[in-house]
Amino acid sequence: MQGVEPKIIVFLCHWCSYEGADAAGRGRKEFPSGNLREIRVMCSGRVDPRLVLEAFRLGADGVLILGCAPGDCHYKRGNIQALKRIPLLERILQQNGINNDRFKFDSVSAGDGEKYARIAGEMVERLRGQGSKNHA
Amino acid sequence: MTRRIIIDPITRLEGHGKIEIRLGSGGQVDRAFFQVPDFRGFEKFCEGRAAEEMPTLTQKICGVCPTAHHIASVKALDDLFDVEPTEAAKKIRELMHTAFIYEDHLLHFFYLGGPDILVGSDDKRFGKNIFGVIGKLGERIGEEVIEIRKRVRGLNALVSGSPLYPVCGLPGGVSKPVPEEERIGIKEIARDALAFARRCLKIFEEEVLESREYVDLTHLDAYSLETYYMGMVDGNNRVSFYDGEIRIVDPEGGEFEKFGAIDYLHHLEERVDTWSYMKTLYLKGVGWHGLREGKESGLYRVGPLARLNASEGLATPLAQQEYERMFDVCGGKPVHNTLVYHWARLIEVLYAAERMGEIAVDDQLTDPEIRNIPVQSPRKGVGICEAPRGTLIHHYETDEAAILKRLNLLVATQNNAGAISLSVLKAARAFIKEGRVSDLILNRIEMGYRAYDPCMACATH
Amino acid sequence: MPEKPKIALYWCSGCGGCEESVIDLSEDLLELQRRADIVFWPVALDSRLKDLEALGNGEIDLTLINGAIRLHEQAHMARLLRRKSKLVVAHGTCAHLGGIVGLGNFHSVPEILARSFREVPTVKNPGGILPGGFKEDSVRGPKLSGLTDKVMALDQVIDVDYYIPGCPPPPELVGEAVWAVLEGRLPEKGFVFGDRKTLCHTCPRLDSKPEQISLKGFKRVHETKWDMEKCFLPQGVICLGPATRGGCDSRCIQANMPCRGCFGPLETMEDHGAGILSFIASMIDAEHEDEIRRITDAIPDPGGLFYRYSAPHSILGGGKGPRT
Repeated sequence: MQGVEPKIIVFLCHWCSYEGADAAGRGRKEFPSGNLREIRVMCSGRVDPRLVLEAFRLGADGVLILGCAPGDCHYKRGNIQALKRIPLLERILQQNGINNDRFKFDSVSAGDGEKYARIAGEMVERLRGQGSKNHA
Repeated sequence: MTRRIIIDPITRLEGHGKIEIRLGSGGQVDRAFFQVPDFRGFEKFCEGRAAEEMPTLTQKICGVCPTAHHIASVKALDDLFDVEPTEAAKKIRELMHTAFIYEDHLLHFFYLGGPDILVGSDDKRFGKNIFGVIGKLGERIGEEVIEIRKRVRGLNALVSGSPLYPVCGLPGGVSKPVPEEERIGIKEIARDALAFARRCLKIFEEEVLESREYVDLTHLDAYSLETYYMGMVDGNNRVSFYDGEIRIVDPEGGEFEKFGAIDYLHHLEERVDTWSYMKTLYLKGVGWHGLREGKESGLYRVGPLARLNASEGLATPLAQQEYERMFDVCGGKPVHNTLVYHWARLIEVLYAAERMGEIAVDDQLTDPEIRNIPVQSPRKGVGICEAPRGTLIHHYETDEAAILKRLNLLVATQNNAGAISLSVLKAARAFIKEGRVSDLILNRIEMGYRAYDPCMACATH
Repeated sequence: MPEKPKIALYWCSGCGGCEESVIDLSEDLLELQRRADIVFWPVALDSRLKDLEALGNGEIDLTLINGAIRLHEQAHMARLLRRKSKLVVAHGTCAHLGGIVGLGNFHSVPEILARSFREVPTVKNPGGILPGGFKEDSVRGPKLSGLTDKVMALDQVIDVDYYIPGCPPPPELVGEAVWAVLEGRLPEKGFVFGDRKTLCHTCPRLDSKPEQISLKGFKRVHETKWDMEKCFLPQGVICLGPATRGGCDSRCIQANMPCRGCFGPLETMEDHGAGILSFIASMIDAEHEDEIRRITDAIPDPGGLFYRYSAPHSILGGGKGPRT
């Protein structure tokens, strides 16, 4: 179903990636902000897998979890706790009919607006081509 | 306008079912539909599952016979991984399986189908059940059957975790050894199980065989079905529950075919009806020629009477005596009257008790070596055993990571699907005259399928 | 002489195991029959649908329904029983969470039907006919209810008062629930019988469960042996006890096999599979993505294992097919 604008839920951690997203905005980087619904959490490790599943259930076409780079986590290892969940969560999503283009975990440092814009833009572009999740 | 008689739901069996009988203008029975309105799709949703989970997944095909599925499944895994179970593991598996068949047959005789012949016919619809049996035979017998089933199920739990949910099966073995100190308890249970089995046959003798009513019914063509018979046998063609080859005899009792697990595809085929989720199995070697009896029809039967018909005896002495007696009283082999399933079932109870006693004193039972770890790469495996209600086949195909790619299940009662439909039709035709029905007549019709001890969750899976 | 309370027991798409757990009440079953009037119980009594339909609304004091909803007719029966009953209990895991039947939600209904009725190697069906899902006609015979788009747990179809977890529940738990109702000791609505804590708390191997579990790998049960007395988890064998409600007397553990989660999660965990995923991930002893992936790739079927009993009740419901 072409022409449907994907809605992406983006979990951003307060200390790094949220600042990065902010930098993308301030730096007037080109990225499809209209497709993104940003949710600030204190740490990417706080993102319970349940929240990702719920986001898809509520109609999100894609979900991004963006945390701090390895070694930079404000809570020392919260981003590692998040990373540990990702491969299994990817497979659970796949088994539930949600392909891996729709879910990504990555790191964005505070101030790295360019990386944020790139990651968000790539996902939106990819999902525009795929249409709505319910028809995947 | 076609007049219909509907029994909904059918009762005192495992699973869902409806019977719709259609009458012609003169009140004669035109057609009878035996419908099973349930289906879950194990043959699809087990795809993608890890092979080692299959014994506990597939046992949820049926909560009345989970042990049988557990055993067939673990045998399929043995084949899949090409791993031989240890001797102790074989004995443990056979013990739990035999114990299970013992108490499951008793469930049928006292709770499910048996009340039809124990309580005797009268028009009281609510008397034919375990409470009615206790009312007729006395509280003591009720206490005894409850007690022995509890103890034998406890024996199953000792090795498998729970008779409701056995978990011990692993390819190449079982998860837990039987400690030597348990042996004495196992022997006691086997001994008491044997005593009760003999008591049951005595009850059958006094309450049923000596009842004019039952004997008359067993002579009625209404309950007679000339079919092929199939069951697992050991190397001497005697009934085997756990392991062996599958033997098929024709309606005259001559051996028709015999095969090992991996060859089942050459011998059995199934067909689909629109009005039921239960597929009907038939013999590939004869073909499907409609719901008919006789040598030219591919219809066959499984379960207690079929196993006794398809074998040349039982491997334990007391049961063998009863086997010979039954065929003697019935005038030869094979016996075609469906109501004799009740008798054959009790003879199997006796065999199971004797066999439990044999395993209980077997040295290998308590050997601590209970597992051989598989080393071969998995590909395909077929496991067969006899469930109480008939031959059970699990067929798995996996990738090299032992994830299920495909599976096929041929389950016990499903082998009797054609026979059940035909039995119901024959009984309906025999008992419904000029469109007259009563609760008694409907009960007589239901007796036609109930003797098989059907399990519809199994048959549809 | 006050009338005896009326009880009904029914099965939707189940396996009969929950019925067996009632029969396993043993002599208590006879006590039940003395204290209550069992008005509908197809496995054991000759009670018919017409007997049920003849009862007044709310006339049945307590109805236990087991099995998941897989056929439209079963949803209809659940609603009928709800009308006729004062209290309805979801009896067993299928009714509670969807059960193993719920694994069907990872496939579509056409796929499930096609496999069994057209594709398995033993079936000969040249016309490709499929049973069910039609009103009666002269060719296809009497009507046969079709499959619902998705398997559902009982409370996804009707209002449920209490839940008895377990696949099947231990007879003692069934007894506890039934006597509680018969003796007027009604818990709050929505109560799930069983323990208030996870299985670990009552597990015989609790002493050997470490505070911190760090694993470099997971082992599949057929490929490894383990110590029969010690906690499974530090030995690398996945046991779902930490995320599963207790109350089953650790029967699987006692057979030396790990828990597979049939009692479902505690109230605090909305999605059983997500909870299981979290605790399993937390045990991984690795910091880099490649290593983490390598370790978790050894778990062959996370969806099937983590949602073995609860797919219909999970947040995504099993995935394929339209959402209800």
